[in-house]
Amino acid sequence: MAVLKSHIEPRSDQSRADAAAMRALVADLRARTDTLAAGGAGGDERSIARHRERGKLPVRERIDRLLDPGAAFLELSPLAANGLYDDEAPGAGIVTGIGRVSGVECVIVANDATVKGGTYLPMTVKKHLRAQEIALADRLPCIYLVDSGGAFLPLQDEVFPDRDHFGRIFYNQAQMSARGIPQVALVMGSCTAGGAYVPAMSDETVIVRGTGTIFLGGPPLVKAATGEDVTAEELGGAAVHARISGVADHEALNDEHALAIGREIVASLAWRKPDPPWERLASRPPAIESTDSAAADDPTGLYGVIPSDLRRGYDAREVIARLVDGSEFHEFKQGYGETLVCGFAHLDGYPIGVLANNGVLFSQSALKGAHFIELACQRRVPLLFLQNITGFMVGREYEAGGIAKDGAKLVTAVACAAVPKFTVITGGSFGAGNYAMAGRAYGSRGLWMWPNARISVMGGQQAARVLSTVRGGFADDAARDAFEAPILEQYEAEGSPYHSTARLWDDGIVDPAQTRDVLALAISAALNATIEETRFGVFRM
Amino acid sequence: MVSDAIGPGEAAKRLGVTTRTVQRGLREGKLPAVQVGARLKVDASALAAVEPNAVPPNHRAIRRLLVANRGELVVRIARTCRDMGITCLALVPEDQARAWWSRQADEIVPLATTYLDAEAVLRAARHANADAIHPGYGFLAENADFADAVVAAGLIWVGPPGSAMRALGDKAAGRRLAASAGVPILPGYEGQDQSDARLTAEAERIGFPVLAKPSAGGGGKGMHVITSAEECPEVLAQARREAKVAFADERLILERFIERPRHVEIQFLIDSHGGAVHLGERDCSLQRRHQKVIEESPSPAVDAVLRERLGGAALRLATAAGYVGAGTAEFLLDDRGGAFFLEVNARLQVEHPVTELVTGRDLVADQLRIAAGQPLGFTQADVSWHGHAAEARLYAEDPWEGFLPASGPIESVEWPAGDGIRIDAGAGAGDVIGTRYDPLLAKILAWAETRDEALNHLAAALGTTRVSGLTTNRGFLEWLLQRPEVRTGDARTDTIDAIWAPTDGPDLLDRSFAAAATGLTAGKTANGIATGFRLNARPAVRVRIGADERDVAVPVHVGPGIATTISSDEILVDVSGRAYRARLAPPPTVDEALRHAQRDKGAIATVVAPMPGQVLAVKVAEGDEVEPGQTLVVLEAMKMENAVTAPAMATVTRVLVATGQQVQRGDALVELE
Repeated sequence: MAVLKSHIEPRSDQSRADAAAMRALVADLRARTDTLAAGGAGGDERSIARHRERGKLPVRERIDRLLDPGAAFLELSPLAANGLYDDEAPGAGIVTGIGRVSGVECVIVANDATVKGGTYLPMTVKKHLRAQEIALADRLPCIYLVDSGGAFLPLQDEVFPDRDHFGRIFYNQAQMSARGIPQVALVMGSCTAGGAYVPAMSDETVIVRGTGTIFLGGPPLVKAATGEDVTAEELGGAAVHARISGVADHEALNDEHALAIGREIVASLAWRKPDPPWERLASRPPAIESTDSAAADDPTGLYGVIPSDLRRGYDAREVIARLVDGSEFHEFKQGYGETLVCGFAHLDGYPIGVLANNGVLFSQSALKGAHFIELACQRRVPLLFLQNITGFMVGREYEAGGIAKDGAKLVTAVACAAVPKFTVITGGSFGAGNYAMAGRAYGSRGLWMWPNARISVMGGQQAARVLSTVRGGFADDAARDAFEAPILEQYEAEGSPYHSTARLWDDGIVDPAQTRDVLALAISAALNATIEETRFGVFRM
Repeated sequence: MVSDAIGPGEAAKRLGVTTRTVQRGLREGKLPAVQVGARLKVDASALAAVEPNAVPPNHRAIRRLLVANRGELVVRIARTCRDMGITCLALVPEDQARAWWSRQADEIVPLATTYLDAEAVLRAARHANADAIHPGYGFLAENADFADAVVAAGLIWVGPPGSAMRALGDKAAGRRLAASAGVPILPGYEGQDQSDARLTAEAERIGFPVLAKPSAGGGGKGMHVITSAEECPEVLAQARREAKVAFADERLILERFIERPRHVEIQFLIDSHGGAVHLGERDCSLQRRHQKVIEESPSPAVDAVLRERLGGAALRLATAAGYVGAGTAEFLLDDRGGAFFLEVNARLQVEHPVTELVTGRDLVADQLRIAAGQPLGFTQADVSWHGHAAEARLYAEDPWEGFLPASGPIESVEWPAGDGIRIDAGAGAGDVIGTRYDPLLAKILAWAETRDEALNHLAAALGTTRVSGLTTNRGFLEWLLQRPEVRTGDARTDTIDAIWAPTDGPDLLDRSFAAAATGLTAGKTANGIATGFRLNARPAVRVRIGADERDVAVPVHVGPGIATTISSDEILVDVSGRAYRARLAPPPTVDEALRHAQRDKGAIATVVAPMPGQVLAVKVAEGDEVEPGQTLVVLEAMKMENAVTAPAMATVTRVLVATGQQVQRGDALVELE
């Protein structure tokens, strides 16, 4: 296969400046991540200490102990709820992700009781549901480390009634169980009210003596309703559920014991991934190596490739070359529809089809993309979208040329492709380009943003200009600028990846240097499900 | 013929003279010279004519030398033997048969029992057709009866005659001899009247503080400081008890106790023809509980005048005792310029290479020539000193755990190399270091023009020394060499005990976990993903070292710890010489987790080995009820029996070791419920 060569001079001032800018963004991202994980949970020191005093492990330690030795943990949306709820719900009070347990890739959903008692805020629900969505699509066993007070009552109207609210969690459990996707709950704290259904709806449930409780109504509610005086342990402790009610199946003495039982349950599944319809090759790192020996954090020199200013274009092949095995790329239709780079490669030994923006989308680019997706689906090869798109070309000539219908072809192809799709927003994500390149609405098994990325319906400047043009009648430029300024500001704030990731528009912001590992983990997880045959919808010709 | 021309060095050896003497002979035409290239060599055929004159009639050639010792010394002696064309025989007991050192000699002679069994050693020597025995140090080296027995058996004894050892061996006799030879001794008492009253009176005469030590003693055993007359009865009683246990002789001698002395010793050589020279001093003040750690020459506290004074005294004393061979006279120096004779070590000492590096002599060769009846071949005037040499003793011991001996297999060794560096190693890869023998693994030496350079050189050499697999004092030695007390040349015999406060032990463990995590996550897993991958964070792994487990975020920069992979799932970590075996912590099984939980709730206690050693006896069985303090297991470590007892009333739920088993510190022995 052809080996991609880099045309960027890493020692140039431009590349050094770009690398420095990206390194600063990554440092900020890592600092936020570290803060979130400090002490093993999202709560403050005091609440973590109190949590430990009760003999409970902080949520991240629980996950670390549940995983196989040295196993990777592909955490999902760690910065969810960032900036929301007065910033009092780090990570939205829940940790979710994909990790190997007893040799089986599982989705882990773990409440963080140090954050608002592990209760479900709107973003908590959304994060829980997204993890289940991936589990369903990838056919990954689910392990729930339950330690939650149930719905967050002050925001009940945003978490309780709607289709994608609290109830959906149990619906998903039933649906997955029905499809043979194991549901395992380890009750390591409260499971109150609706929360009681997580263990109750699980295939197999463990409860920790002394700390784990399951009940529909807690002692205060019971007292209020019936006047009965009862302790939490008497009401719904391990002894009650493991010996009398049958709500739990295994009794554990502490968290570590519960996690060991959980590992044994997963081992007993005798889980086997289906054989993929192609040969996996040996994994090879990208052939391009950073020339900066001090940059151990960025082995391929990716940081120096990404322009610090989104408006400055660059060749998407520079990124592809730094992600795929041996930097080898079998490019498709290189000379046609050049603003969309398409081609086959391998990543961690898995074959993938790559679509990467190299400028604004024209009709030809869209047609090429649709064609390429058909190829990948035919071969059942996962798709990787590298999104850096300002949108489709506009103007009379292009509308007349049918760019809307050609764009629709690409969107149809993306929407219908049944192979696992993965999206990385490496730069701008604006307008219909987002849809055509497997945006959030298009069912990617994973969608990540780089810290330099921006996302909005259009760029802030375009939006401000559109709005000011529509309004018109400004006395002078200053008046127009004054009108545009708040619009620019709003787009700037809302276009930030932190704004996006807080709202679960993505599965997390990722350090570009970790992109390859993230994709490899996600592809591997997706291969727990058989890659189905694709049936495309009607392509408007 | 060129092949008959030999170098001046070799000629000097054959003639038993110094190289310089040969060179002078060549220049002055006393020896027939052969021009080889730019060098002058000696015509070998001429030596036959010269040799009868040089070699006295009682000369007996050593052809097969048995070394009645083990470890680095055998390797050291074998090196000289090779130079001299002597076959070196290593005496190897069963448990050392696979040791690296035993393969460094020319032949292996099995030893049926131990190195202390004189009969067995002699039998082995005869069986192996040896014509000489080198006793090394320790074991039988200073056993006068053995020396006599060797000579009586018709073998050459590479050491001083038994009579000289007897004259010097007893501390009291030695002091009297020294006094009569005009050698300065500490004010003291070595009389036959051993009554409390007399000893107390003598102590008052000497002046407190006074040191009471066994008359028959050595090695610092059973010594006690008495600070006042009131203390006398009690301390004397205890000192007698210990003397009796250690030496079967309760007689004591008293000496003035010098606070914070320096320990300096004079190396001397005396042949059987009246030739006697001293080779200057070695400073061995850096000791840890009477165990020398770093030795150097010259001593920062000895000038040329003092050197001559001490050297002269040593030779007078040794000559008076009828000493022949290599020996060392030990002195204590006080801060007022006083130097006091301590004792003579009638053997080759561990630290002899320090003297070799500054004098250019081969002391083993000198010993062998003297033993063979040859004259020294040089005089005091031929002795000169050049530069500075320092030696560090690399021990298998844990400085952070009270210098307890460390045991275990050596996975690999890397010795430093370079100009001025000398390694006298006694252990190699594949050796299993036990607690039965001296824990000396190697002596690392450095020579340079100045003391500062030599110490820097030595520290750097230690920095690149790797003995992976077991804990050594390497990091401690490096630390010690940087200490101001050492650098200023102000070290005393109590310096190490005063300054070594191993508070960085916990830090060491932190660094070890960090190094282990780095090692365990280096490179990718089989499926290409970083081990312990965490999104936007450093990899995180749970590491197990011994029984200790920690969650560790892999540091960005690898610390000073070195990790070596030894198997698919285990690595060795070396931090400052401390060795750790680390692995990714396997998650507990359900049964293990249950036991941990029960233990955490106080229901189960695991009794662990307090030190490495061998299980001598298991005193309990599963199901036994035990009382607090009841012996559970008896361990043998450092030649001592140690009872491991129950901490509380309990039932034995599991016995995890069996008699004869070797255990490491921290290994679980018994589980109690």
